[in-house]
Parts: sequence; structure tokens; C-alpha cells
Amino acid sequence: MSVTSASAHAHVEHAGHHELGFIRTYVFSTDHKMIARQFLFLGLLMMILGGLLALVVRWELAWPETPVPGLGRILTETGGILEPSQYNMAFTMHATIMIFFVIMPILAGAFGNFCIPLMIGARDMAFPFLNMLSFWVAALAGVLMLAGFFVPGGHAAAGWTSYAPLSAVPEYTGVNWGQNLWCISLFVLGISSMMGAINYITTIINMRAPGMKLFRMPLVVWSLFITAILLLLALPVLTSGVAMLLFDRTLGTSWFKPSGGGEPLLWQHLFWYFGHPEVYILILPAMGIASEILPVFCRKPIFGYHAMAFSMIAIAFLSWVVYGHHMFVSGMNPALGMAFTVTTMIIAVPSAIKTFNWLGTLWGARIQFTVPMLNALAFVSMFVIGGLSGIFMASTPVDIYIQDTYFIVAHIHYVVFGGSIFGAFAAIYYWFPKMFGRMTNTVLGHLHFWPTFVFFNLTFFPMHIIGVGGQMRRIYNPMQYEFLQHQQHWNVFITVSALLLGLGQIPFVINFFWSLFAGKKAPLNPWNANTLEWTASSPPPHLNWGPTLPTVYRGPYEYSSPESRDDWLPQTAPPVTAAGARRH
Amino acid sequence: MLDWWLPENVSTYGQEIDWLFHLIYYITGATFVLVFVTMLAFIVMYRDRPGRRARYTHGNTPLEIAWTIVPALILVILTFLSVPAWSKIKMHVPPTDFDVNVTAKQFNWQVGYPGSDKVFLDEMHVPVNKVVRVHLRSQDVIHSFFVPQFRMKQDAVPGREIVQWFEVMKPGKYEWPCAELCGFGHSGMRGWIYVHTPEEYAQWAAENLEGKGKK
Repeated sequence: MSVTSASAHAHVEHAGHHELGFIRTYVFSTDHKMIARQFLFLGLLMMILGGLLALVVRWELAWPETPVPGLGRILTETGGILEPSQYNMAFTMHATIMIFFVIMPILAGAFGNFCIPLMIGARDMAFPFLNMLSFWVAALAGVLMLAGFFVPGGHAAAGWTSYAPLSAVPEYTGVNWGQNLWCISLFVLGISSMMGAINYITTIINMRAPGMKLFRMPLVVWSLFITAILLLLALPVLTSGVAMLLFDRTLGTSWFKPSGGGEPLLWQHLFWYFGHPEVYILILPAMGIASEILPVFCRKPIFGYHAMAFSMIAIAFLSWVVYGHHMFVSGMNPALGMAFTVTTMIIAVPSAIKTFNWLGTLWGARIQFTVPMLNALAFVSMFVIGGLSGIFMASTPVDIYIQDTYFIVAHIHYVVFGGSIFGAFAAIYYWFPKMFGRMTNTVLGHLHFWPTFVFFNLTFFPMHIIGVGGQMRRIYNPMQYEFLQHQQHWNVFITVSALLLGLGQIPFVINFFWSLFAGKKAPLNPWNANTLEWTASSPPPHLNWGPTLPTVYRGPYEYSSPESRDDWLPQTAPPVTAAGARRH
Repeated sequence: MLDWWLPENVSTYGQEIDWLFHLIYYITGATFVLVFVTMLAFIVMYRDRPGRRARYTHGNTPLEIAWTIVPALILVILTFLSVPAWSKIKMHVPPTDFDVNVTAKQFNWQVGYPGSDKVFLDEMHVPVNKVVRVHLRSQDVIHSFFVPQFRMKQDAVPGREIVQWFEVMKPGKYEWPCAELCGFGHSGMRGWIYVHTPEEYAQWAAENLEGKGKK
């Protein structure tokens, strides 16, 4: 590692003499921080589209077959009334965009890129060019996905899970190029994710600063490391699956079509073999972010650092053997379902360990309720609800009833919105000063957090109730069913809450852009945090540090340590005594 | 207590599903209260106040072991409680002489009875207190046979015949939606299952199954 630092030294001098042009700095940049910002903007822009699609879906469910405000201009023939096929398209694309183009780019793309080199003390990623390629390939995938909205027949409408043969035969949905573009876009995105994953893994293994042992790494780096391994192993399965689906649709193969001897359940096996690790790809970085932010604003070490790291490793291993719980009533051999119940119950244990350790971190703390901390606490509490509702599904007999109902919709949103999105907001507020060199506005931050937290719960909690009442997911009009009519008032309530949740994001947009240009200049270390990124200037220059890389002497969470008069002790502070150096 | 939540159950095995549902509800509910009360208490007690330093601790191994083992035990118990019901519902069809063929298509349930050529669209007639064996097929995409009040759900997969069963304890008319997205007409794909007393069923069969379907 000392070799790296010496060669980087020469690199720094070189960079000083050679100014990069606008294109190389802002567009085709190989700087991990710029790529991180690009991923962040990609994710936030797509979030607007994904959110609007969600509101369209909600409008339809509360007031079925009435004109959706604002859609009259687009759907001119019906005056803004959504047709069933368009409704199917709306929820399919809401989920596709939110999962693949919002949460993955923001958590794995933006914060993976930003945090890994800065927090392990590297000057950049191991393969900066590959890193740049990873973003632009993802952007291309985004363009291909958006193009699907403009082709005849509309965009993919077979659900984000695209179960074959509904997705494999154009006649079944009436969607032709929309579904093809969906496949091609995810294929391309899979390549982008693989490039990113290889980069993250290589960087973390090879480019840690002197003294940065694996068990001195911040937990967010641990989480991104594990996420990258999952990405590397899971994405190729989806990539192959969507290629096979595309071949079924266009070249006449029959992987998934029974008419040609194919097997519809093969798609589900491939999809969920990717899909369940994918859930952890979405949530692990948020777990890491919460584990990072809680100690800073508790002013005490994370409770059970090793338990936290090992529970994430356990989740990563177990995530490969639980996927069958998505298929309990699919026609898969019921004996296999029993085996998947066992593994699914077991995977709840590491999540429980993490929750208790977060609570342990709060115990005896000195909690500072900053905006990133509020979002991190929201992550922990919402993740608890999402985790507990998952136990219902793990029990196979109960799953028979709640499978494909709004109970599942509630559960996934508590995990990926209550979990991943609150994690993303926490990360944005926490690292914004380092990323853009300016502080965000605290008042606007509170104005964003509180409505989001309240209306998130008012939107998604009642979905448990209508789900237990039997409301199926992906239906166009609940009023078509007699047994659902008595709970229609809940659908109205949820939609009103969802609209308010949408409005609650306006302060965030204002805060983000206002702070970007006019925010207070950020000091080096606004939160008095220990980790390495806070020793680089705000924002860090190209290659992150001056001539010498930081040296690491201790773990990342030495807050309120008796070794220091302050309540923080940076990883880079040399030990006062030799005994202190061996302490952690 | 939670009956306002779940629709009324009328099938034999539905009782076991509801029992497990309630058990998990109380376990997760208690955990939820425990975690949230603790969290709120910590948030209030340990809020930042001047002159106090946070407790410097890296964890506690006995605690880690405890909160690993206790949830693991609860989850193992839940697994063992789930297995018998699952096995009963999905793995062993009780002996019966009553069979129904259901073939799903976009966007109807087609129901046929052995010994009769008639196909009934979106309606099934069965007797009460009788094990009904369903031979489930699909002719196009995946559909899902869902009867909320029977607590029964099973995907119909094209190219396969899946055998399922149910036994209803109460005569009546029960809604029978499709629970798996099957295309633009998915919403509104639903039928009705009429559960008759044995006499009523015999009469219906005599009138509608050309005299052959009567069992």
C-alpha cells in the first residue's frame, strides 16, 4: 500500500500541471466523486418520474376510471382516464424505475462511488475508466428504458417481475417493443452493474490506506463491499434471464413458453434467484449508512461492530437460498417450499441482530437530532416494521393467503422506501457537505423529513389492512370486487396520503438546489466525524488528498473515547501512547 | 379480535392459516411494541444535554448471544408450527370422489365436471362439507386461483396440471378472483363459487350436468 501512495504522489503532481477540460471534468469524468454525483442526479431525476407514476397508480385505485389530473394532455382520447393496459404499464414502470434507476444508482452507484475511495483512503477507484463506463452504460440503459414510453403499444405492462409467458408472448399483453426495450435496458444496466461491482471489490481489497485493516473499515464500506459481491453474482442471472426472454419474444425460442416446450417457472427461478439478493442489494447499503450515521450523532461507538459486519456477511450468504419464498404458491414443489421456509426464517435472525445493535448504539448515547440522524432513525424504525411483516410471508400457510395482496405491497414499501429511501435521504443530508462543499438548510431539512415520515406511514401502513382484507395487487379497480368494496375508503385515504407524501418532497428539491448554489460553505468536518473522508477538503480535489495519503490508527467509531478530551477521535489521529495504538 | 381484518373464513384448513396468522400477529406485535418503546425511551433519555458524555462501549457479547438465540428460537418454533399446516394444505389431498376441472384463460375461469361436456364460465358449484379436488390448468398465461374466504391460493401454470383441494363448511356464494397479473383484463377476472347443501347440489347437478354429473 505504501507503493500505491508513492506512485499516487507522482500522480498528484502530474494532475496539478494538467487541467482537465470541461468534458473530462463534468461529462466523461473518471473521478469517482464526479461519477458519484452523476449517479445521484440520474437517480433523483428518475425518482421524480417513478414518484409521479406511483401517484397515477394511486389515483386510479382511489377513484377508479376517473380522469387523472394532468394526464388529459397525454391521454387525449380518454380525457385523462387511464385504461387497464395503461394502468398495468404505470405500476410496472413505477417499480422498474424505482428499483433499477433510483435506489440502485443512488445507494450503490452514487454512495458506493463516493464513499468507498474516500473512506478507505484511496485516491480513486481501481479502474477509473471502467468506472466512467459504468455510469455511461447505466445512462444508456436509462435512455433505452425511457424510450419504451414512446413506442407503439406502450411500455412493458407485465409487472416489474415480468412473469412469463405473459411477458414472453407479445399477443398476451399487446405490448411489443415496450417489453423488448425493457429487456434490452435491463441487459445493458446489468453490464453497468457488473463493471461497478468489479471496481468496488478490487478497490476495497487492494487500495486501502496504510493501517486500514478490514475490521477498521467503516460499516458503510463493509455494506457496499458485500453489496458489490451480491451484484457481481446476482446480476448476471437477471442479465441472462432477460436475454432469454428477449429471444423468446423476438427470435422464436421457447425458454419460457410451454407451447414450444418451455417452462414458465424457469423464468421465476431465474428472476428470483437474482431478485432476492437484489432486495439485499437495495437494503444493505442503507443498513451501512444507518450504521455510519448513528454513531456520529450518538457520539458513541457502534454497538457490536463485529456483529454488524458478520450479520451482513450472513445475510449475503443466506440471500442465495431464500428466493423460493417468492414462489410458494407458484406450482413449485411444495416440499421445496418447506425448505425455503426454514432458510427464510433464519435470514430474519441477522436482521434482528442488526436492529438490536442499533438500539444498543442509542443506549447511553448523546443523541443529536440533526436531519441526517432523523432520517437514519426513520430507517431503523421503518426497517423494523418491514422486517416484522416479512415473518408473515415466511410462514408458508399464511403466505398462501397474503401472497399477491396489498400486504406484500406494504411490506416491500416498508423495506425499500422506509428502508432504502430513508437511508438514501440520510446519506444525502450527511455527505452533501463533503460532496458539494456546502451545507444543506436545516429548516428545509425538517420540513422535508417530518411530512415524509408521517405521510409515508399514513400511505403504507393501511396497505397492510387492505391486504389482510384480501385486496390483490395489480388490480385496476377494486370496486369490481364485492368483497373489497367495504374497504374502499382506505384506498382513498392512502391516495390522499400519497399525494401529500409527494408534496412533502418539494422542500427536498428546493433544499437540494438552493444549497447546491447558495448553501453555507461547508467546513472540513461539519459533524465532527472520525472517518477518513472528513480529512479531505470539502469537496475533495481530484485524487482526494494532497501529496500524502492518510494513515489509519484505529477503528472508525471511537466517539467519546477516554483517550481523547474531545468526544471524537479521528481514525488518522496518531495514538498518544503505544498502548492506545493496540487498543482497537 | 382481528376478525374485522380478515374476511370470514369458511374452509376447514383456513382455520389453521388464521390461527398461524394471529400467532405471528401477536409475536410481531409484541416485538414491535418492545422495540419501539425501547427506542423512544432511549431517544428521550439519551437526547443531547450539556455536560454529559456518551457511554464509551463497543458492545456486549452476552447480549449479542442472547439476541441471536432468542429470535432464532422463536423463528424455529414458528417454522415447526407452519410445517404441518403447509403439508396438509399443499402436499396431501384427502381422499375424495369429487373432482372439478378448472382451466384459466385470459380472462375467465372455465369450469368442467367429469362426465359432463358442459363448460361453465366463471362459476363453480360444489357441495358443502365435501373435499373438492381441483385440477387446475391454464391455457395461456399464469393465473392464480384465489378464494379469500377459503384462504386458498394457487397459481395456474400453462403446461401443467396442479391438483389442489378445499373443503367448505358453510353454504354460500364466494368470490373467486384471479390474483396473478394476467394481462389488461386481469382486474375484473373473477368468478363465483356456489357452495350448496347436498340436496341443493344434487338438484343443480341434475339440471345442469345433463344428468351425468350427479354423484
